[in-house]
Amino acid sequence: MADQARFSEDAMPLMGSLYSAALRMTRNPADAEDLVQETYLKAYRGYGGFQEGTNLKAWLYRILTNTYINIYRAKQRRPDETELDESEDPYLYQRLGGLEAAQVGRSAEDELMDWFTEAEIKAAVEDLPEQFRMAVLLADVEGFSYKEIAEILEIPIGTVMSRLHRGRSRLQKSLFDYARSRGLADEDTDPDAPPRRQPERAR
Amino acid sequence: MASDDTTPDRGDCSDALLELYEYLDGELTASRRADIAQHLTACGECFEAFDFQAELKQVIAHKCREEVPDALKARVAALLEGEA
Repeated sequence: MADQARFSEDAMPLMGSLYSAALRMTRNPADAEDLVQETYLKAYRGYGGFQEGTNLKAWLYRILTNTYINIYRAKQRRPDETELDESEDPYLYQRLGGLEAAQVGRSAEDELMDWFTEAEIKAAVEDLPEQFRMAVLLADVEGFSYKEIAEILEIPIGTVMSRLHRGRSRLQKSLFDYARSRGLADEDTDPDAPPRRQPERAR
Repeated sequence: MASDDTTPDRGDCSDALLELYEYLDGELTASRRADIAQHLTACGECFEAFDFQAELKQVIAHKCREEVPDALKARVAALLEGEA
């Protein structure tokens, strides 16, 4: 049984991660702060049930996502996201082919970090359907393993992989739209571009 | 076509691409990982695709980090104090 007195010491340093995720999930600072506060309170009260030596960060994330789902999903009453028509579309990498050729001497990869503003990346993540957004945040921002994500979200590993795949694909589509709207890429860059390598859908 | 060390065949490419995300997410076994790493040294096109996705992953991680407001830290600390 975990000692409650140690909770602050162990859990407070993780607040940055939890707050970052909370902000992407709620999309506004006031709700994100409330969500984090509620998560810490619940975690503190339930800390006796936490098995020491297991993954505290994953445990806190599980409380965070459950709290989020209970409070905010009920509030927003958003349609279930599973209708996603998946036209496994345009990967950013695939569609940026023409752009790369147009900018002689500059490779898409070298510039990627500078292409998109922080606001664009955040917006692209926040626009993802909730199920995909969580999977992408947990994997890409927090670096959790598939197994950990499966435990946090209480879904099978296969579902984690499929949400990640689809989430990443959508995210890249949004980013491509930003690139295009800023004139970084043209609509006509893709049709005649040679097929570019892209991740295939695992089954 | 006969494949040797310098001409990766299409099958290797599609196998590698199928596991692109698992590779980048560190989810493959050591031997599968080594196979793909070896393919990437031989195949420039696949290397580029992997490199792009790896960098995108980093960009997302990097740009989605937030500073916790001091007021929130103080609020939570006080709340936990009160619970003790």
